[in-house]
Amino acid sequence: MIHDRYSLAFKLYPYERNADQDSATPVRHPVVIVGGGPIGVATALDLGLQGIPVVVLDDHEGIGMGSRAICFAKRTLEIADRYGCGKPMLDKGIVWNLGKVFHDDRKVFEFNLLPEEGHKYPAFINLQQPFFEKFIVDRVRKAQAAGAPIQLRGKNRVDQVTVRDDHVVLDISTPEGTYTIEADWLIGCDGASSPLRGMMGLDFEGRVFQDSFLIADIKMLNDSFPTERWFWFEPYFKSGASTLLHRQPDDVWRVDFQIGWDVDRKEEMKEENIRRRLDAMLGPEVSYEMVWSSIYTFQCKRMERFRHGRVLFAGDAAHQVSPFGARGANSGIQDVDNLGWKLGMVLKGQAPERLLDTYDEERTFGADENILNSTRATDFITPKSKISHVFRNAVLDLAERHAFARPLVNSGRLSVPCTYDGMSLNGEDALPGPARTRPGSPCPDAPLGDGFLLSQLGNDFVILTINTDAPDTLQEDGVTARHVAVRSEDDTSGALAERYLGDASRAVYLIRPDQHVAARWDRYDETAIRAAMRTACAKD
Amino acid sequence: MADLITQPNLPDPDGFYADLIKTYEALDEDAVSGFSARLILLLTNHIGDHDVISQAVEEAVRTNLKAEK
Ligand SMILES: Cc1cc2nc3c(=O)[nH]c(=O)nc-3n(C[C@H](O)[C@H](O)[C@H](O)COP(=O)(O)OP(=O)(O)OC[C@H]3O[C@@H](n4cnc5c(N)ncnc54)[C@H](O)[C@@H]3O)c2cc1C
Repeated sequence: MIHDRYSLAFKLYPYERNADQDSATPVRHPVVIVGGGPIGVATALDLGLQGIPVVVLDDHEGIGMGSRAICFAKRTLEIADRYGCGKPMLDKGIVWNLGKVFHDDRKVFEFNLLPEEGHKYPAFINLQQPFFEKFIVDRVRKAQAAGAPIQLRGKNRVDQVTVRDDHVVLDISTPEGTYTIEADWLIGCDGASSPLRGMMGLDFEGRVFQDSFLIADIKMLNDSFPTERWFWFEPYFKSGASTLLHRQPDDVWRVDFQIGWDVDRKEEMKEENIRRRLDAMLGPEVSYEMVWSSIYTFQCKRMERFRHGRVLFAGDAAHQVSPFGARGANSGIQDVDNLGWKLGMVLKGQAPERLLDTYDEERTFGADENILNSTRATDFITPKSKISHVFRNAVLDLAERHAFARPLVNSGRLSVPCTYDGMSLNGEDALPGPARTRPGSPCPDAPLGDGFLLSQLGNDFVILTINTDAPDTLQEDGVTARHVAVRSEDDTSGALAERYLGDASRAVYLIRPDQHVAARWDRYDETAIRAAMRTACAKD
Repeated sequence: MADLITQPNLPDPDGFYADLIKTYEALDEDAVSGFSARLILLLTNHIGDHDVISQAVEEAVRTNLKAEK
């Protein structure tokens, strides 16, 4: 039997018998994904849109109840946009820019994120994770209808794997018994406690934080709170050592209480006890309904390597961070963005297998950056020693009076994508251009005519020329780069010039399928571009 | 890279020292560490040079001479 470990918000892939269960010999698939969370399904979407057959196995029949993630960053939305599901997220999500920081009963300061103008997507939206996941699954359904070879198999639990040199054998349980399939490539997206990692005996090293947090999602029945992020250090209402209040769609608010390590979980989870904390904080005149609550503890850990031969790990299975800074799902989606085109090219014979080693190279680097940021935030929010507590409160005291101390206040640094500086796929930087678009950088968006630049990039290699020309396509060793030409006339806001030209009057960029800059020049040089394409495909 | 100044740099060493001790002596034990933290944060921001601050931190760690014995 397969028991549900959690209840569902949306039952989207009910169990159905599949042909593999009736096959006399195990059927071989090019790609199998373990885990149908946001990362597994997004990976399937990326590959399916490339025409690569992919099977997703999940031990539930849909998306779990309860919003773990609520903050989705611009880069995540841009990647979702490339997959065709960014808009419903933006439409449903809540955009916020104002934050307030409190200490005890005093407001320390408030800030406006002041997002940079000229991007199709905002810096952040707040959206319940189940909706985020549902929009990806909805997109998968549309892609399937248009012929994308994606299968989502609910109530298919992976129980055992046998890893061979050139394939993996999977034993799967279903409500109708067990069956076996084979995969040329297996992707582990089975979450933070990854059974796959366990089956393969792989490490997951890092730091466990001795603290727990009580989350309560509540629906406000009178609208007394603005769309702002409020963070309390040592709040006067004593509902937790720190407390976060954040708005989600549908009048739902996230409240996050830091309640310490030695807590009686069962006792704390009783509705009357949660309400006691909430009432102390909100005051008697606010009425609300409880939507969902949970207690979580967290860790900052990662696998030493994300590639193990024919098995690749992505999302929480590969790395786990504290929630401060919203880097979990956001970084997992960047894994997908990075892995999708690389595995696609290897499967299509356009690039050597070692291109997949650069997935490990780039994304372990990304994971380290995320772990560093979220560990620092956690240490500020929950000081680990007496002296650390003294300094934390000194910063808060000073921040109330002086601007200089405000950048030291760390209640989570919001997720931004990393720049793959110095990594092996980067080509030359032969443009006196802005630092933010140096090789390895994710391309920043910019308005162009009545659209946006990023809409024209991605999915394949692009040669982006600004104020200069190039042939429509360039083929190098089986890989085609598509030419996108833009000119300063289309750049009425000046954002393109500021982000891509700097002091240069023209530029040529080679851009990877994941919208990261591979190399750039001040003129079109075919030989140089061919070399950079080879480098970006791990051929040289 | 700027170097940490380790040559005499205060015009009135005795006056500075007396003021510092006077301020500290007015604090009860519990308040000392918070005060020191605020003072360090204000001064380090004023210096504004990570290298110089790191040199000062290293030097302060290193010159705990009693612990060396
Ligand atoms: C309180 C909290 C707040 C958070 N806030 C944010 C935020 O604001 N922003 C953000 O980006 N991230 C946030 N996160 C992190 C985010 O929730 C995770 O990073 C994200 O869910 C990871 O997705 P995943 O697909 O890797 O794993 P999961 O969502 O855990 O999915 C794993 C899937 O694998 C399935 N599975 C497991 N074992 C098997 C098996 N043997 N066979 C088949 N299927 C299996 C599971 O049922 C599940 O469906 C938060 C997390 C917490 C706890």
